[in-house]
Amino acid sequence: MSEKSYKVPTMAEKASAGEAPEVLFWVGCAGSFDDRYKAVTQAFVKILNVIGVDFAVLGEEETCTGDPARRAGNEFLFQMQAASNIQVLNGYHVKNIVTACPHCFNTLKNEYPALGGNYKVVHHSQFLQQLINEGRIVLKGGGGYKGKKITFHDSCFLGRANGVYEAPREVINALDMELVEMKRCKSKGLCCGAGGAQMFKEPEQGKKDINIERTEEALGTGAKTIAVGCPFCLTMMTDGIKNKEKEQDVQVLDIAELIAKDLNLS
Amino acid sequence: MSILPQVLFLLLFSVAGFILYKRIKTIRQMIFLGRPEQRNDQKGERWKTMGLIAFGQKKMFKRVGPAILHLMIYVAFIIINIEVLEFITDGLSGSHRAFAPFLGSSYVVAMNIFEFLAFAALVSCVAFLIRRNITKVPRLRMGELKGWPELDANLILWIEILLVSAILTMNATDQVLAERGVAGYQLVEGLFFSSLIQPLFTTFGDTSLVVLERFAWWFHIVGILGFAIYITYSKHMHIFLAFPNTWYSNLKPKGEMKNMPEVTQEVKLMLGIQEEGGAQESPSEIARFGAKDVNDLSWINMMNAFSCTECGRCTAECPANITGKKLSPRKIMMDTRDRAEEVMENINNGGKGLDDGKALLGDHISKEEINACTSCNACVEACPINIDPLDIILQLRRYVAMEESGSPAQWNAMFQNIETSFAPWKFPPTDRFKWADKLKDQEAK
Ligand code: SF4
Ligand code: SF4
Repeated sequence: MSEKSYKVPTMAEKASAGEAPEVLFWVGCAGSFDDRYKAVTQAFVKILNVIGVDFAVLGEEETCTGDPARRAGNEFLFQMQAASNIQVLNGYHVKNIVTACPHCFNTLKNEYPALGGNYKVVHHSQFLQQLINEGRIVLKGGGGYKGKKITFHDSCFLGRANGVYEAPREVINALDMELVEMKRCKSKGLCCGAGGAQMFKEPEQGKKDINIERTEEALGTGAKTIAVGCPFCLTMMTDGIKNKEKEQDVQVLDIAELIAKDLNLS
Repeated sequence: MSILPQVLFLLLFSVAGFILYKRIKTIRQMIFLGRPEQRNDQKGERWKTMGLIAFGQKKMFKRVGPAILHLMIYVAFIIINIEVLEFITDGLSGSHRAFAPFLGSSYVVAMNIFEFLAFAALVSCVAFLIRRNITKVPRLRMGELKGWPELDANLILWIEILLVSAILTMNATDQVLAERGVAGYQLVEGLFFSSLIQPLFTTFGDTSLVVLERFAWWFHIVGILGFAIYITYSKHMHIFLAFPNTWYSNLKPKGEMKNMPEVTQEVKLMLGIQEEGGAQESPSEIARFGAKDVNDLSWINMMNAFSCTECGRCTAECPANITGKKLSPRKIMMDTRDRAEEVMENINNGGKGLDDGKALLGDHISKEEINACTSCNACVEACPINIDPLDIILQLRRYVAMEESGSPAQWNAMFQNIETSFAPWKFPPTDRFKWADKLKDQEAK
């Protein structure tokens, strides 16, 4: 057992072995390139490995879903991306997709069907919740989080956009942590400031940056851990914590990282 | 008895009806400046949404205080309109309290309910005036409300106060007269609220009381007719439009952006993907990608604009607005309506219509505003009648990006990265799978 290394099979490898995995893990651009979010990708893959989920990734065959282009108004570019991704996905007869990015989740789930891509898409918080409920993930209490205060920042594209509020919270509850909600949470959650392609440009002129407003609210809960489920939220909240010079006492973590720590995988 | 009052009433009623008819026609025309859009699937769900959101005011109750005050005025409005039926009957036939004989003892109950609602509406209107002008609730004091919108909001409240005061005055004077046995007035025993103000009138002579009673009666009915016309120029159109507006709500997940089939066709042609089943049509005549003006929006966007109550719940939740950006989703809706009215005025004044050298984008809504939006859907979620300002913002962005290539430079750079490296950041595509290298070397637990 101990000699084994983590496996990250690609769809191409699976296909050439004549296999079709249960689920495709859609990594997303942030999960592939962003140094901080790569850790989330790795944490999630470790979980999939130890639990024995039959998964695969697209590897170099994956490209941007087109979400930021679409929200910024460039429909043409979005549809070019969508069309080529759908060709690849349909080529592998993909049926189930899990992704750790709410923007990819929203696009794959809601916007690809109109262009010929029909898949059952879940966010990794839903996937983890299901694994916990099914007893496939048995939490070990590692990471020293038990009983500690935690707050959860809703991603707009998971929450309001798709009505997923409970899955990440159930994952947190399974960790036996004390969830302290911010005043603006769930359907009233305040955006981190990165959605709608704002991630890729400077904010417009204003009094304050949105992530600072949100970080102040999160710090106000007194929690030392801010949980997120989105790469952009992770960046924005981490920047906010740095701005407030709180990086020594407050951590911003993705829920997959919390689970991986609990399972002593990191 | 002279039939002059009846003739006068009929005349007033007909004139008001005619003006109202013209106004409704104009509003229809303005809404249908927008493009056609089909949205009448899932009828059961739509009726349910309308019942809960418009009739049941479900989303109003996210803020309980104003919700209760609003509910009072709303119920008073609906119920008192039943009393207006009696007014109209009396007005046309020259009768007085025509319904009393038919309803018997339940007439008192009905009248007391009306009086209670009139009183509750009065209290609510006063409370709303205080919130607007004295305690100055922030969302009710923002820049976009300067001028007419602010006046409109206050006027409506004052009109409502006057109208319900007229009902109470009318009932009080009427009962004083009835108690004195003046001909034509019948005693309705036990009217609670108006009996409280009866002492105000007991010193008056019969003639002045009759004058006062008649004045209150006419004031109320003329007021109601005038009010009906007034609201067609006001944010109070939501009284009616909230119903169709919620029926035509977007029932899809809020995160889903509308597809542009005309682009799909072009993309398929470019990539050489054959449509299954038959020949492809060449892309049909497309006026414009995205929206620059009101006629590029859909009629549902336009109906949204005419339904907007200018309450600012959307703006109060908008992260861009909260942090001092220029964007306000309420202003997006108000601008859309203003532009439609401007276009209509042009048409009525000789036909320039949309070609007046102005447009929604640029003359009403600036790029700075739409560029500040995070597409977070907080405005859509907050709107008590399911208006979707985000949909308009995104269509305007499409115009800027696709017709003008006028997006912010950093977005253009992002577009280029996607085109060349298939990611919004400039990383070589061959690095995409490098994150796995570390894992593959690591010992699994
Ligand atoms: S979607 Fe845009 S306009 Fe609406 S609340 Fe969010 S940032 Fe503001
Ligand atoms: S769009 Fe809705 S929430 Fe915003 S001002 Fe209009 S009615 Fe109020």
